[in-house]
Amino acid sequence: MLITELKSKETIFSLVDGKKAFIINCHGCREVYFPLEEAAQLQEELHANGSVTGILTTDYICNPDNLKVRLEGHKAEIDAADVVLVFSCGVGVQTVASYLEDKKVCACCDTSRLPGFQGVTPLEYDCGQCGECYLNLTGGICPITACSKSLVNGQCGGSKNGKCEVDPNMDCGWERIYRRLEKIGRLDALKCPTQIRNFATDQEVAK
Amino acid sequence: MKITELFERGEFVVTAEVGPPKGCHIENLLEEAKTYLSGITAVNVTDNQSSVMRLGSLATCKALKDEGLTPIFQITCRDRNRIALQSDLLSAVMLGIENVLLLTGDHTKLGDHPQAKPVFDLDSVSLLHTAKLLESGVDLGGNQLVGEPPKFAKGAVVSPCSDSVDAQLAKMERKVAAGADYFQTQAVYEPEKFIKFMEKAKQFGKPVQLGIVIPKSAGMAKYMNDNVAGIHVPQEMLDELRADKEKTKAGITGVEIAARIIKECKPYCQGVHIMALGWESKVPALLEQAGI
Repeated sequence: MLITELKSKETIFSLVDGKKAFIINCHGCREVYFPLEEAAQLQEELHANGSVTGILTTDYICNPDNLKVRLEGHKAEIDAADVVLVFSCGVGVQTVASYLEDKKVCACCDTSRLPGFQGVTPLEYDCGQCGECYLNLTGGICPITACSKSLVNGQCGGSKNGKCEVDPNMDCGWERIYRRLEKIGRLDALKCPTQIRNFATDQEVAK
Repeated sequence: MKITELFERGEFVVTAEVGPPKGCHIENLLEEAKTYLSGITAVNVTDNQSSVMRLGSLATCKALKDEGLTPIFQITCRDRNRIALQSDLLSAVMLGIENVLLLTGDHTKLGDHPQAKPVFDLDSVSLLHTAKLLESGVDLGGNQLVGEPPKFAKGAVVSPCSDSVDAQLAKMERKVAAGADYFQTQAVYEPEKFIKFMEKAKQFGKPVQLGIVIPKSAGMAKYMNDNVAGIHVPQEMLDELRADKEKTKAGITGVEIAARIIKECKPYCQGVHIMALGWESKVPALLEQAGI
């Protein structure tokens, strides 16, 4: 199981930065805690500012086929938006970022672990449920699960022909992140301050 | 003596590298270092290189220092969390070792203890940031250090011939922002790639030492091409190594190749770092041939 917690209001407003946003809420896993009221309140405020082109509240966006169907009928709203805000666990954000590959897709939640059954088996993407979501700095590709060292400040020297030093069948996560950021014109995200992980938010370590 | 002082004076800085043995006897290492490396600026000591468990880097640095050499303490994030990393950095300064090279480190799966838990609590960038923080008298937890803060010459690495060189340059920029004072590179066999890299890297304004591994044989070169990240030995060098087996075995061909690379790249960098991998005895001849 997992818990999704909203990132701070300042963080989420800074992701929109006065521009236009399309919002996706995922209420897929019933056993998952989702901050329904706080999210709705925050989205109303964004709406009142005239920043929102549309809101889709749906389920199981972690399933790419399902996501595709759910987004049908929202194309104009997504096209009109500068940023897509996703209120879901880290798998959902990565699935949306992959599908809307030319869009700036942002995570509005941090995902933490709870012992027990996890609602949906992650397919192509994985979320480390680290409680400190990095997807907004990495073009929607998780450095915790996509990098074998879970590095948060960029590529190590161990990538060869785009593959990881640990497993020649695994793509280098930071190579993928770099290419994605390049594609969406956001290489400036790599100039962010030095990131230092907070393992106090990681239930695996803190328990 | 901090290696950074030499860069500031505009000197072409020559360093080499030694790997501690798997055991607690370092008489041979000290003897070789004294014989072949005492003429150069400083000697890197690797930190459980390639994730293979060995004698510690810091203890070896101290032994080299006692013999009158200037050691560079390599420290990786693979085996220590942020508490141990900071503690070891303070220990180094207490022992008079201010030259450090801060690395992420190879993954544990590549070494001789693949069952080990990899740490990577910090990485090369956040470790540089941490060392800089210690220099301001504060630790990563925000606590004041007692007494005069440490001062380091903070080295970092970069891979100029990597097939994802743009991602490497982005990482280099983050290392500079985090506090890197100078760089040593992965082994270079393609001078034109290195020169192109330096054209982009010079904007960061930090000294860069060209990395050199003396090729011992065509087999070793081919192995590196197949397995070592950021290294590509071109076909003509492979042919050169194959041409005269006796000459290659004696180390003559490898030294010729390495000296040529140094000569070609020297105008574009601020020093050279030689990873002799057991061929420390060839270092003096290499430097002579390269005209250093």
